[in-house]
Amino acid sequence: MTDFKVTPLSEDSFRNAIRESTSPRAVYDMAPGEAYTKFFEGLREGKILGTKCPSCGLVHVPPKVYCQYCYLPLTQWVEVKDEGFVETAVVVYIAAERERLEKPEVVGVIRLEGSGDRYRYPGLMHRICTEPEEVKSSRIMGAKVKARWATERKGSINDIECFEVVSWK
Amino acid sequence: MDPIRVGIVSYGFSGFSPSVPSKSFREMVFEAASKAYAKVGLNPRTDVDAFVSCKEDFWEGISITDEFAPDQLGGALKPVFTVTGDGLLGIINAYMMIKTGAFDVIAVEAHGKPSEVMSYGDIERMAQDPIYLRPLAFPSYHTVKALEARAFMKYSNLTREDLGIYVSQSKRNGLLSNRAPHASSLTVDSYLSERELVGPLSHSDLAPRSDAALVFVLASEGRARELTDSPTWITGVGWATDYHTPSYRELGRDIATKNASEMAFRQAGLGDPGKQLAFVEADERYSFMALMEVSSMGLVKDLRQPLRSGDLSRDGSLPVNRRGGALSEGLPLEAHGLARLASACDLLDGTGAVVSNMGNTSAVLVVRP
Repeated sequence: MTDFKVTPLSEDSFRNAIRESTSPRAVYDMAPGEAYTKFFEGLREGKILGTKCPSCGLVHVPPKVYCQYCYLPLTQWVEVKDEGFVETAVVVYIAAERERLEKPEVVGVIRLEGSGDRYRYPGLMHRICTEPEEVKSSRIMGAKVKARWATERKGSINDIECFEVVSWK
Repeated sequence: MDPIRVGIVSYGFSGFSPSVPSKSFREMVFEAASKAYAKVGLNPRTDVDAFVSCKEDFWEGISITDEFAPDQLGGALKPVFTVTGDGLLGIINAYMMIKTGAFDVIAVEAHGKPSEVMSYGDIERMAQDPIYLRPLAFPSYHTVKALEARAFMKYSNLTREDLGIYVSQSKRNGLLSNRAPHASSLTVDSYLSERELVGPLSHSDLAPRSDAALVFVLASEGRARELTDSPTWITGVGWATDYHTPSYRELGRDIATKNASEMAFRQAGLGDPGKQLAFVEADERYSFMALMEVSSMGLVKDLRQPLRSGDLSRDGSLPVNRRGGALSEGLPLEAHGLARLASACDLLDGTGAVVSNMGNTSAVLVVRP
């Protein structure tokens, strides 16, 4: 085995190294815009609202004032049922720096009923209130879910606490 | 094979207000884009080959903000190219893309919503060297610009009265614009009575902020002629970036603009641009910058003479910002260069130079009817 001549770094070496830390302060007050404002007003009333494209018929949830596929302005608002089906879901065990969460969280994409095709549909990425085992076993896929509404709603996406399973596929 | 010519066929805008609280930036871009497309009967889903979007993450408050660019332009699932810089750089990129022959029609957008940035000064501070300059915690980013202003005024032998002539004339020009909420008939005397804010600069030397979005449509020659009877031809482009450290660059002159303009003028075949140009649309985020650009581009020998004689006024031989600049319109961050280009297109009566200078990056366009 070869002997390498090395100079080990001590704790002091790190402590005495010259460094400069910087803390970005970035604060914004963003306009949600016409579409999200109406959407959040709907959530406050316990309704999921979307905008319907007059050309392709797609109901946009979350809503937009234009159809990104047909490039037409959207002015027709429709209410979408607060029920849908789980398109996909995962169990999240870690936070951003890979530190283990005390309680894992289930996150999924919910296809809401009403319109769309295989890839484009009114839908929400949100929490799913179910046991991690139901996700690991893939039983959650395709399950019918319904919004669990917060008791105190203030016009935010968190007015929906999560989606709960109503029936299994 | 003849080189491909590139023309601007249309533009649209939204905003130019100190604050647009009712619309998101995407809805503002959609409005601007819809107007730009409607003028020339384009459907972006089928008729526009690629899209360029100019914005910066820190101003947007969104990391990897390019992902938020396509939808409102009609560019979903199509080629979208993002530029972290002023809109004129986006125009130059689109120009080059069309020159390759691979694209016929390209839409370029830039927008700014500074009204939503609550920690504006801190975001500006993030643009400074984090190791050496930021820890000095100078009170504001205006400090650097004031140093440039002082050095430039010394280099050009300009007085506060001279700056006042420019500010007064440009803000009056803005009164003729339909997107200049800060235009006014400010007199030189009123200007001179303003309290100094930083170095030689007072309140009216600093552009206020505004929320705005602009979308331009560029096309290859054949397609441009099909779409409009009056394209604005781009005959030269140039850009350059100077050092960010103030002690490493010449503060009294804008060498980046000098280099960028030489590149653009050479392409446009302008041997004596000071005589050949009919107008200049200059960056005006600070009053002195417009004058510094005119000087740095070599358009005048001694700034004092044309400034004091009125040659740079809108009726002069080399008018600058004939409908006002950022002092009148407000500064919509990355969209300022496109605002200058819009004015150039509106009043196009000869060959003109359009300049933006954000940070230390300059972009120069030569346009003509």
